[in-house]
Amino acid sequence: MSMQEPLLIHEPPKPEQRGRWRRLNFVVGLSIVLGVVATALVSFLWTPFDPELVAADKRLLGMGERGHPLGTDQFGRDLLSQIMVGSQTALFVGILAVTISILIGIPLGGLAAARRGWVEDVVMRFSDVIYAFPPVLLAILLVAAVSPGTASAMVAIGIAYIPIVARVTRGASLSIFERDFVAAARTYGRGKTFIFIRHVLPNIASVLIVQMTILFSLAILAEAALSFLGIGTQPPTPSWGRSLRDAQTFVQITPRLAIWPGFAIALTVLGFNLLGDGVRDALDPRLESSRS
Amino acid sequence: MYVIRRIGVFLFSLILASMLVFGVMSILPGDPAIVILGTRATPEAVESLRQELGLDRPIPVQYADWFSDAIRGDLGESVFTGKAIAPQVVDRLKVTVPLAVFALTLTMLISFPLGVFAASRHRQAGDAVVSVVSQLGLAVPAFWAGLMLVTLFAVRLRWFPASGFPGWGESFFGSVEALILPAIALAIVQSAIITRYVRSAVLETLREEYIRTARSKGLTQSQALWRHGLRNASIPVLTILGLQFGALLAGTVVIESVFVLPGLGKMLLDGISRRDLPLVQGGAFVIVGIILLINLAVDLTYRLLDPRLRSH
Repeated sequence: MSMQEPLLIHEPPKPEQRGRWRRLNFVVGLSIVLGVVATALVSFLWTPFDPELVAADKRLLGMGERGHPLGTDQFGRDLLSQIMVGSQTALFVGILAVTISILIGIPLGGLAAARRGWVEDVVMRFSDVIYAFPPVLLAILLVAAVSPGTASAMVAIGIAYIPIVARVTRGASLSIFERDFVAAARTYGRGKTFIFIRHVLPNIASVLIVQMTILFSLAILAEAALSFLGIGTQPPTPSWGRSLRDAQTFVQITPRLAIWPGFAIALTVLGFNLLGDGVRDALDPRLESSRS
Repeated sequence: MYVIRRIGVFLFSLILASMLVFGVMSILPGDPAIVILGTRATPEAVESLRQELGLDRPIPVQYADWFSDAIRGDLGESVFTGKAIAPQVVDRLKVTVPLAVFALTLTMLISFPLGVFAASRHRQAGDAVVSVVSQLGLAVPAFWAGLMLVTLFAVRLRWFPASGFPGWGESFFGSVEALILPAIALAIVQSAIITRYVRSAVLETLREEYIRTARSKGLTQSQALWRHGLRNASIPVLTILGLQFGALLAGTVVIESVFVLPGLGKMLLDGISRRDLPLVQGGAFVIVGIILLINLAVDLTYRLLDPRLRSH
């Protein structure tokens, strides 16, 4: 960036071409996400078969056999119905894990940016230490101490992402706290909490929203991994990771059982990632859509 | 001075992490003595086992005891087998660490050329293809990639073993062979992440003044990039590699379960199913310790790569 053009941070040429690429990300991402949400909502009211119904005479049916679009598993349960209901678990875990991480991470990051000094040091050191605990490891610790289940998985994933949210919040807030309107608010006698909520948060909202969609897809991946290991969602609650765990023993005979739930995970994660990229580009054109 | 301070931060983090590992297990509900004896045990039996395990002492005392042993390499004994935990952890690390290093090597071999290629074709077809492929790689769970690789290469084509690990002493090549598919599964996901960082780091570098200077001296873009750019682009990439190492180790824990490898992950899961708290504590502490150590190494390596930082 040369000194003659300090205000133009992004490169202006080819706007219409880049715009189309961005919109494609956004439209494809949004369509997938809406599709997954719709599937979850529909599955509350209707699935082709009872997803938990065990039927000995219908074990390992192929695709399309006896009215089962994706066939059945080794217990005779309908695979499509299980995948549909599994979307509820994925979204539920994603929403709660992300909520936990932002409810704690945003205030921590804001505190660090507002106070600076030793407060900032303590908060950031602490979040660095938490960051050394991958979600799977935190979940293993929690599950060993309490019990395996969706709740332990959600809490572990949520806690594991607190440092990410805190770091992003602090990074984005620091420059906002230096701005003139914050100085103006301070001369009005506004407190730092008020300034953070009223003036800083709206200005960093776009960064946080993008981060939240990325964390959402990471949370879905983490829940799938935990349920695959048998320490996440417990039977009979359907979960995509759980289905893959069940499929593992039969993968040599019927790879189909492992393909479809994995496909559901990958598609959902892809949807949220694309949506995140699309939202970032729409809200903040200065950011290159190259970082994950 | 910086090095000493950074090592101080590492030790502080290690202590904090050990408190977390110990705290989660001790403060949360669930009495290990009841877990071992079962819920139908008499209160007297539970009480005497609690005394035997030292659980009747205050938690800070228990922690101090555990931590002072742990830093001297003694992680206590397994509740289930009664054997010392530390030698078991060392044994398991002989699978987990080579797997993680193997996967990291593959990741760099894939993502560096791809990222540099994408950046050099910025906003052209090649860049778009790399970006679509990496977007797909990001969405795939590593353990699912592992399952698919097993189905294809082990079950159908029979090129690789589907599961198991012969052991380094038993068969070196057999052991390497057993790690190939799991390493690929991990590398698929990691490469997708790292490629995007390499791409943006190289793009960032290409906008720098010194690249412009090099170009004005008559170097082509790729000459300028090779001679001046890559070393600078490697700094942010190194950060991400360091930060991702934790994710890679966590991925190893999961992938070991797909390929039935006797690594740390398998040990932790066995520990959970047997309610062997000291084993889980010890294993988890070692993993976090490794991650903190890698972060320390990354921070110290910066200064070798970037002379500008040395004066601070």
